[in-house]
Amino acid sequence: MKPNTSLVTEEITLNMGPQHPSTHGVYRAVLTLDGEKVVGVENVIGYLHRGIEKLAEDRTYTQFIPYTDRLDYLAAMLNNLGYVQAVEKLMGIEVPERAEYLRIIMAELSRIASHYVMLASMALDLSGWTAWFIPFRDRERILDLFEMVCGSRLTLSYMRIGGVAADIPPEFVPALKSFLAELPRGLEEFNGLITNNEIFKARCQGVGRIDLETALAYGITGPNLRACGLPFDLRKVKPYGIYDRFDFEVPVRHNGDTYDRFVIRVLEIEQSARIIEQALRDLPEGPIMAKVPRVIKPPQGEVYHQIEGAKGILGFYVVSDGSSKPYRIHIHSPSFVNLGAFPVMAKGGTIQDAVATLASIDIVLGEVDR
Amino acid sequence: MLDALLSSWGLPLWAVTTIRALVYLLGVLAFVFLNAIYLIYLERKISAYMQQRLGPNRVGPRGIFQSVADAIKLLCKEDIIPREADKWVFLVAPIVIFIPAIMVYAIIPFGPGMIAADLNIGVFYFLAVASTTTIAILMGGWAGNNKYSLLGAMRTVAQMVSYEIPLVFSILGVVMLVGSLKTSDIVAAQKEIWFILLQPVAFLIYFIAATAEVNRGPFDLVEGEQEIIAGPFTEFTAMRYALFYLSEYTNLLSVSALAVTLFLGGWQGPWLPPWLWFIIKVYIMILLFMWVRWTFPRIRIDHLLQFNWKFLLPLSLVNILGTGIGIKVYQALMTGGW
Amino acid sequence: MREGLNVKDLEKLKERFPGVEVTEGIDMSTLWVPVGRLVEVMQVLKEDYGFNFLADLTGVDVPAEEAIILVYHLMSVPSARETRVKVKLPRSEPRAPSLVSLWPAAEVQEREAFDLLGIIFEGHPNLKRILCPDDFEGHPLRKDFTLPKEAGWDRNGGDGRSYPQTEGFCQGRAERGES
Repeated sequence: MKPNTSLVTEEITLNMGPQHPSTHGVYRAVLTLDGEKVVGVENVIGYLHRGIEKLAEDRTYTQFIPYTDRLDYLAAMLNNLGYVQAVEKLMGIEVPERAEYLRIIMAELSRIASHYVMLASMALDLSGWTAWFIPFRDRERILDLFEMVCGSRLTLSYMRIGGVAADIPPEFVPALKSFLAELPRGLEEFNGLITNNEIFKARCQGVGRIDLETALAYGITGPNLRACGLPFDLRKVKPYGIYDRFDFEVPVRHNGDTYDRFVIRVLEIEQSARIIEQALRDLPEGPIMAKVPRVIKPPQGEVYHQIEGAKGILGFYVVSDGSSKPYRIHIHSPSFVNLGAFPVMAKGGTIQDAVATLASIDIVLGEVDR
Repeated sequence: MLDALLSSWGLPLWAVTTIRALVYLLGVLAFVFLNAIYLIYLERKISAYMQQRLGPNRVGPRGIFQSVADAIKLLCKEDIIPREADKWVFLVAPIVIFIPAIMVYAIIPFGPGMIAADLNIGVFYFLAVASTTTIAILMGGWAGNNKYSLLGAMRTVAQMVSYEIPLVFSILGVVMLVGSLKTSDIVAAQKEIWFILLQPVAFLIYFIAATAEVNRGPFDLVEGEQEIIAGPFTEFTAMRYALFYLSEYTNLLSVSALAVTLFLGGWQGPWLPPWLWFIIKVYIMILLFMWVRWTFPRIRIDHLLQFNWKFLLPLSLVNILGTGIGIKVYQALMTGGW
Repeated sequence: MREGLNVKDLEKLKERFPGVEVTEGIDMSTLWVPVGRLVEVMQVLKEDYGFNFLADLTGVDVPAEEAIILVYHLMSVPSARETRVKVKLPRSEPRAPSLVSLWPAAEVQEREAFDLLGIIFEGHPNLKRILCPDDFEGHPLRKDFTLPKEAGWDRNGGDGRSYPQTEGFCQGRAERGES
């Protein structure tokens, strides 16, 4: 059917955010709309900018660890890990075996927790209210586990340069084992309710599609890139820490649409659980801290360390001038870069598609704005 | 009965009619408000049960007075009229939405003889009055002078106007069987067999279209909280918002009541008093609506319209055709010839 | 760890682009590229050496050398080799060509570098502040940046009233010798 051209229509500009139910924080997307259709998107960020990189210049290396929690506050362990490994690389510190295993367990738990939040909030953004509660219920158990090891649930600051802050209490292992045993059931429940739901599929499949080439050009990493068909996971391709000792798969999907970005998280949770099981099995006894000088003074130099964060590749660029405070710390946050591709993905869909697409990118504004 | 009592006091006819109308109105209002308040509580409890939560449990035993507390809170809130709003339309919209929501109860038979106005165009009256809700929501969306409201209002028109058609056609099947638009006749005709058994497809179409008509999930695009905040109701505050909210539950109650009347045998049932049967059936319907709402994610606007025009509408037409053929065949069998 | 470019590649690059220097770092080798040849070198790295992924883009302010150093980290996908490219810019007027045409990923990161360090990227489609508010003055990640004093702001909020709950905090910090 030919559109009626005699009818005069006007595009409207809609500010989605900074206060909006589905921007996942204080983020604003300026949508240009033609009816319900999105013809243009502009990202406006910075509402949560706290100048963490500047603050770092006035803190010692150890004092900066708590700040990393506040980047991607849904996966604080992973931020801790990225930062301490960067400093360790700079100083050439060898971390004790037990600490390495504990780090892996915590990092993967954090990844599961972060993916749970993504799954839940995306279900919610598509109005799957009941599906929202299942991952959050399970995530609660991860937070309980974190509380056991470090006393806090969200901003953990568990890792230290040279090891971890505390050993696990005796009740931790049984609690973790029972969590891992019940994890598949929760996922099954969730998949039955939302992942395999016809309406959900119709809302997500073919929506917000991005092909591999564009995704690479826009610097997209993590699950979002793997949903485009490239099994690029730093844990596998360039293992840091002791990831080369574990047997796990890198899930790949090929359509690069919203649905694939959703499903890949479900699959990654299963793989993370596998890693934790292996780490728990092989967990050695021993010290949890390396011999580290009381005042951390890395030699002059610089290092760029990348880890596979929950949202994509998380990079820490640490420049040292030989003093006890970092000369410059730059944080390459995956959400920030992934969000840069949102206009490309959202263009051409409806408002509802834009909401689904944004949820599938899985941004955390603490990391975007730093 | 009431008429006779009043006449015996020597009142003139016009006064008798007026008093009777007022009594009916009060009765319906009491029924509607009590139920709507309870439904809000019920919805929260049901969703909590489905989501492994407790739901409201602070105000009164098991939180039963939560909705009352909410209503009082909303009454006490500041009534804000945006400066740029179309003032009169803005003020009138919440009232306009509530009037048809109440008016439709005139033709609902709560029990034998318990009907405010047994019109001979009963079902037609229901549909005609209920469809004016669209205008009220459009008014609310336009008056607020908010882009989200406007988007919501546009969705309302697209959605409700489309879904009205299969809704009407699904009812047509029942009307063909009975040969009357009178709701009391329709209930009476279901003495032997409920129409849900004779018209299962029509019931399904009615259920889907009614969900869309009352803007409940998965067809709650009008409010689409995650996309357009609260749609047409975004700018409304305090009691004005509460009226929209109440009317939503009133509408839920009325479409459930109509479904019971048309498909589930109305007030008919053994042992229990008829009005109780009616309430039980209505609540079964409502629970069905709630179950659906808290299970499915929201559908997309273009899918919604495609589903309506490409699937639901043809299906309802086929249903009418099938019903017509069925009636003819039945007559032929009964009378032994064409 | 030390993958990235091997010695042979580096020699070839140096030959091809005079002015390019190489230093070895703790984790990877660094290419120092003169600003005029940046786009060419990057294009060659991307197309001939397989560094098809812009992993990171940032800058470091070095007042001691009167320079702002622009730092690029490139990665090859999927083999995950890494290399670092640095460009030394004058601190008074740091200008560099934009790499948006090579990697759209540079768009947001260049805006960030502009916002926080004041590096001007020529040819960037939309070079404006991204994290700081549009009317913000100065570039926070420069070493000489100080917060602009808001009119009348002092420890007590500047409105003439005192806020006892903040006093103990400030005193405590002062006693401990912190700023």
